[in-house]
Amino acid sequence: MSAASQTLTFTEAAREGLAEEMERDASVFVVGEGIGERGGNFNTTLGLFDRFGPSRIRDTPITERGFVGMCTGAAMAGARPVVDFMFLDFILDAFGELVNQVAKIQYMSSGRLRMPMVLRGCIGVGGSAATHHSGNYYPFFLHQPGFKVVVPSTPRDAKGLLKTAIRSDDPVLFLEHKLLLATRGEVPSEPYLEPLGRARVRRTGRHATVVAVGVMTPKALAAADSLAGSGHDIEVIDLVSIAPLDTATILESVAKTGRLLIADEDYQPCGVGAEISARVCTDGFDLLDAPVARLNGAYVPIPYSPSLEQAVVPSQDAVVQALRDLLAE
Amino acid sequence: MSVAQTVHAAAVSDHPDRELHLYKEMLKIRETELQLARAYRDGHVMGACHTYVGQEAVAVGVCAHLQVEDAVFSTHRGHGHALAKGVAATEVAAELFGRATGCSGGRGGSMHLFSPEVGMMGTTGIVGPNILQAVGAGYAFQLNGEDRVAVAFFGDGAVNNGAFHEGLNLASIWDLPVVFVCENNLYATEVPFAYAAGNPEVAMRAEGYGCPGRAVDGNNVMEVDTVAEEAVARARRGDGPTLLECKTYRTRAHAEGMPEVGYRTQEEVDSWRARDPIALLRSHLVGTGRVAADEISAWEDKARTEALAAIEFAKASPWPDPRTVFDFVDSSDSAEAARRS
Repeated sequence: MSAASQTLTFTEAAREGLAEEMERDASVFVVGEGIGERGGNFNTTLGLFDRFGPSRIRDTPITERGFVGMCTGAAMAGARPVVDFMFLDFILDAFGELVNQVAKIQYMSSGRLRMPMVLRGCIGVGGSAATHHSGNYYPFFLHQPGFKVVVPSTPRDAKGLLKTAIRSDDPVLFLEHKLLLATRGEVPSEPYLEPLGRARVRRTGRHATVVAVGVMTPKALAAADSLAGSGHDIEVIDLVSIAPLDTATILESVAKTGRLLIADEDYQPCGVGAEISARVCTDGFDLLDAPVARLNGAYVPIPYSPSLEQAVVPSQDAVVQALRDLLAE
Repeated sequence: MSVAQTVHAAAVSDHPDRELHLYKEMLKIRETELQLARAYRDGHVMGACHTYVGQEAVAVGVCAHLQVEDAVFSTHRGHGHALAKGVAATEVAAELFGRATGCSGGRGGSMHLFSPEVGMMGTTGIVGPNILQAVGAGYAFQLNGEDRVAVAFFGDGAVNNGAFHEGLNLASIWDLPVVFVCENNLYATEVPFAYAAGNPEVAMRAEGYGCPGRAVDGNNVMEVDTVAEEAVARARRGDGPTLLECKTYRTRAHAEGMPEVGYRTQEEVDSWRARDPIALLRSHLVGTGRVAADEISAWEDKARTEALAAIEFAKASPWPDPRTVFDFVDSSDSAEAARRS
C-alpha cells in the first residue's frame, strides 16, 4: 500500500489532479483572480503558471459574471474551462449565467452543444472569514437541473473527483471546505479517477446512519468513535455527491440501521438534508424505526467573532448528542 | 437623438455582385419574418415572437464576412441572425411552431435557436449573456490557434447591462477575435435609449475599453458590409475586437401582438419605413440600371414562395415525442440520467 501511495494534503492532491488533466488535454484552461504567478489565494494553481503559461492559467479581472459567461462560450466552442472562484461566495455574481445559460444550453441545443465546465471554490465556516467568505450554497445547484456537485472530504477524493469533473461534459461544481484544505491523506501514486454521483460508506455500523456533508464527515467519524465506547455502532456515510444524490447507498444503510441523521454545516430549510429526508420517507418509510433527524448550521448570516462563529457550526459534540437523541427514539 | 441625425444618404459602394447577394439575403429574412408574423396571428407560433423587420441590413452585412466555422451569438430578436448565418428557414419556422424538426427540436422556440453545425450558437431570452459567450468562443479560438471569429449581436438595451462592460473589457485585454455588433434600434422593448443612456452614442464606449468603435447607418447594408469587413478581418488577424454600432429601427412592434406606436410616434415609424433597408437597396439597384425591376420582382416572388414553403414544412412536421422530455438535460442523453438526480 505505502509503495503505491503518497501522503498529500487536500490542496496538493487537487492541484496534482488539475496538473495531470492539463497535461493530458490542451483544451483545459483555468481562469480566476490571482491564480497566475501568484498561484491562487488557496494555492490551487501554485507552480502551474510556469508550466502551462498565461493562456491556460489565466488571471482575470474581478469580473465573475464576465468570466463565467466567457467560459460558457468557450465550453460551447469546445474548450474545457475550470473556473476558480477562490471563495465560492463570489459565484453569486454569476448566478444568472449559471442557472439560465450553463445549466440549460445542453438541453436547449438538444445535446449538440456540451458544457464541460468545472466550477471550483472554497466553502464553509471557519477562521473568522465572516459572512462574505463563508457560504456553502450547494443546495441551489441541487435544485436546478443540469448541474453536478461534489463536496469531497479527503485528499484522495479531491484529486480523483477533480480529474473526473474536468473530463465530464457536464458542468460540475467542485467545492472545497476551507478547514479541510490542510487535511493529509493517502493518495494513490498511480493515475486514478473517482466517480461522480457516489456516496462513500466510511464506517460501517448497525444502530444508526449518519450522512455527513463535507467537513461534517470527520466530525461524524469522531462522534461514532466516541459512541462506540458506550456500545453504539454507528454507520457513517460521506455524501460526497450533492447532485445527483446517491439515494441508493443511503437507503441501503437505513435498511440495516433503521435510523438516519443528516449532518450538514449548511442551512436546514430546503437543504440537502430536506431532500434526503423526503426521499427516504418516500422510498424507505418502512425501513425507519425513528423519524429522520437533521443537524445543521444555525439559520443566520455567518458572523465574524470566534465565539459567535463557533455558535453557528455543528460541533462533534452536537453530532454525538444528535445521535444519542436519535438512538433514544 | 432625432431620426434626421441618423439618416445618411445611401453610400452604396460599387460591388454589383455583392449587392445582389446581400439583397437576396435581406429578402429571405423579410419574407420569412412576415410569414412568421402571420403564423403568430394564426396561432401557430406560440410564446413571444420578436421579428427582425427593418433591421435586416445588419445581420446580412455582418454575416456576409463570416465562414461556417465562425460563431454567432444572438438575442431574443434572432431569427434574422439565424437565417443570415445559414440556418434553413424550414428549421427556423419549425422551431417557432414547436415541432421536432425545428433547429432546437422544439425545446427552444423563437428565443432559443441553436444550430452549431453552421455556427449559430444560440439566441437567448436574457439580454447580455450572448456578449460574454462570444468572448468565450473567441477565447477558445485563440487558445487553439485557430483564425475563427466570434460575433455577438445585441440591441441598445444590452449596452447598459454589466455583461457588455465585462465582455468588452475581457475581449480587449486579451485581444480576442470578437466583433461586437450593437443594433441600436432606439428602444429597449418600449423604453427609449435616449432616456436609458447617459451617453447615447454607443460606439464611443469602445474607447473606454481600449478597442475601436465604429458607428454606421444600419439601414444601409453596404455601409454595414464595409465596416464589418474591416472588423472581421481585424479579429481574424489576431488584432482584437471591434465594437460596431449600427443605427437602425424595428418597424414592427417589440413582439407580435404588442403595439407599434404609443411609446413612439407614427411619424417616426413612417420616417424609418421610408428608408427601409431593402427598399433603399432596391431603388439603388433599379435606379442605377444594374438590375431590371421585373427581375427584382421575380426574386421577391421566389423569396416569398420559399418562405411559404418553410411555413408549410413547419405545419406538416410532427410534434416532439413527450417521452423525450428528459433527454439532453446532461451529457448522458438519457431519461434515466435526468431522473436519477
